[in-house]
Amino acid sequence: MHNPQLNKNGELIHLMSIEGLPQPIIKQILDTAESFMEVSAREVKKVPLLRGKSVFNLFFENSTRTRTTFEIAAKRLSADVINLDINKSSTAKGETLLDTIDNLCAMHANLFVVRHASSGAPYLIAEHLQRIGRDDVHVVNAGDGRHAHPTQGLLDMYTIRHYKKDFTQLRVAIVGDILHSRVARSDIHALTTLGVPEVRAIGPETLLPKHLDKLGVQVFHDMNEGLKDCDVIIMLRLQNERMNGALLPSAGEYFRHYGLTPQKLALAKPDAIVMHPGPMNRGVEIHSAVADGSQAVILPQVTFGIAVRMAVMSIVAGN
Amino acid sequence: MSSLPNPLPDAEAQCRQLADLIRPQLHRNPALVGIFSGGVWIAERLKELLGLSEDIGMIDVSFYRDDFAEKGLHPQCKPTVIPFDVEGRHIILIDDVLYTGRTTRAAINELFDYGRPAAVDLAVLADRGGRELPIGATYGVWNVELSGKQSLVLARQDDGQLAWRLENA
Repeated sequence: MHNPQLNKNGELIHLMSIEGLPQPIIKQILDTAESFMEVSAREVKKVPLLRGKSVFNLFFENSTRTRTTFEIAAKRLSADVINLDINKSSTAKGETLLDTIDNLCAMHANLFVVRHASSGAPYLIAEHLQRIGRDDVHVVNAGDGRHAHPTQGLLDMYTIRHYKKDFTQLRVAIVGDILHSRVARSDIHALTTLGVPEVRAIGPETLLPKHLDKLGVQVFHDMNEGLKDCDVIIMLRLQNERMNGALLPSAGEYFRHYGLTPQKLALAKPDAIVMHPGPMNRGVEIHSAVADGSQAVILPQVTFGIAVRMAVMSIVAGN
Repeated sequence: MSSLPNPLPDAEAQCRQLADLIRPQLHRNPALVGIFSGGVWIAERLKELLGLSEDIGMIDVSFYRDDFAEKGLHPQCKPTVIPFDVEGRHIILIDDVLYTGRTTRAAINELFDYGRPAAVDLAVLADRGGRELPIGATYGVWNVELSGKQSLVLARQDDGQLAWRLENA
């Protein structure tokens, strides 16, 4: 099968999705990120790998945190970073996505970091680059629609490996709005590829996609059942806009059933870790006592995210 | 330069010779930094032989190489670990084979991102000539001539002993 992320030697040239990524490449990214963790702890937090290269952050959808961590990562690799505020730019004047890309290529872009509300937008860009013969320009997906958020998935895997070492003995629960979550999709593919034997999805029926079982995921509607003996709990953000539809009664009601409280957390293993991709809604999907508690690894996730993004950018830019 | 002896010299004996060369400099309180992977093994050996108590540093130069544009990132890079303050220290960089000098250049650049050392020396087991940069070893045991197709590889055997191996491209 043609995989646009890999070149003919099977090396990573774009990062679009964790789906279809071979296990050795995921491990290579995590190992490389471990080396970059050390760089961020130095006096001079910079290595010269991408010196003279230009990284364009194309955020067609807002995300301060993801954009900032990509920007820091690119700067620590010594790249020049250009943030395009798309809402105020040419797209608003009617320019097409691919015309924007052509223009930025004419400005000698080397790497695009793309966040887009439409699933598949990064693929469109990568295919276009191939068509115009620009195999020296790389694309990293920073979240496309409901489809994928591969660097978040990878940093989640980095976090799990950091605290739990071995993937093959774990029980991992993903809790919340899995239907609309590209993070959940990326996490499920990554966990499965890395050999996690038990992945659970917990949420109300209206927020779980159908056919999760086909991805090897066990479905629970009851938190108390689903959290039992878990090693890792990944909480998802409940997007406020979902409240307006018919999917959920109210935030309070949601919290009663699916909010992670200290009592519910006690059902998981005593050394279970709690993760969240941010931004958190305290009192909606997570109780403050858990978010600030000793089992939460939510802030380390952010730090690991920089190292993982450094690894991804330096690997694709080198291939 | 001498041509290649058969069998290859005993790497463990060479480590002892290298330690003897460094010993007179111990009053400068040097810190050892090995370059992955052969240089790290040698640095560990030198630490024992010289009776040093301080942990050695380890450098992986993958992020500082000058051939990134052609070769990309090395698929198995290791974290660099410098467990002491580089600022004002006398550093001895250690590598197995000195050839073009490019690895040494990368290691020196990386070291300076940790601080400004008082001095940097280079200790190697083998110097095979072929320099492409103005770099030389302060301490060296074995000068050897090899063809461009040959490469000299230091290996650590199952019993932990270091030994040379010759590879032909």
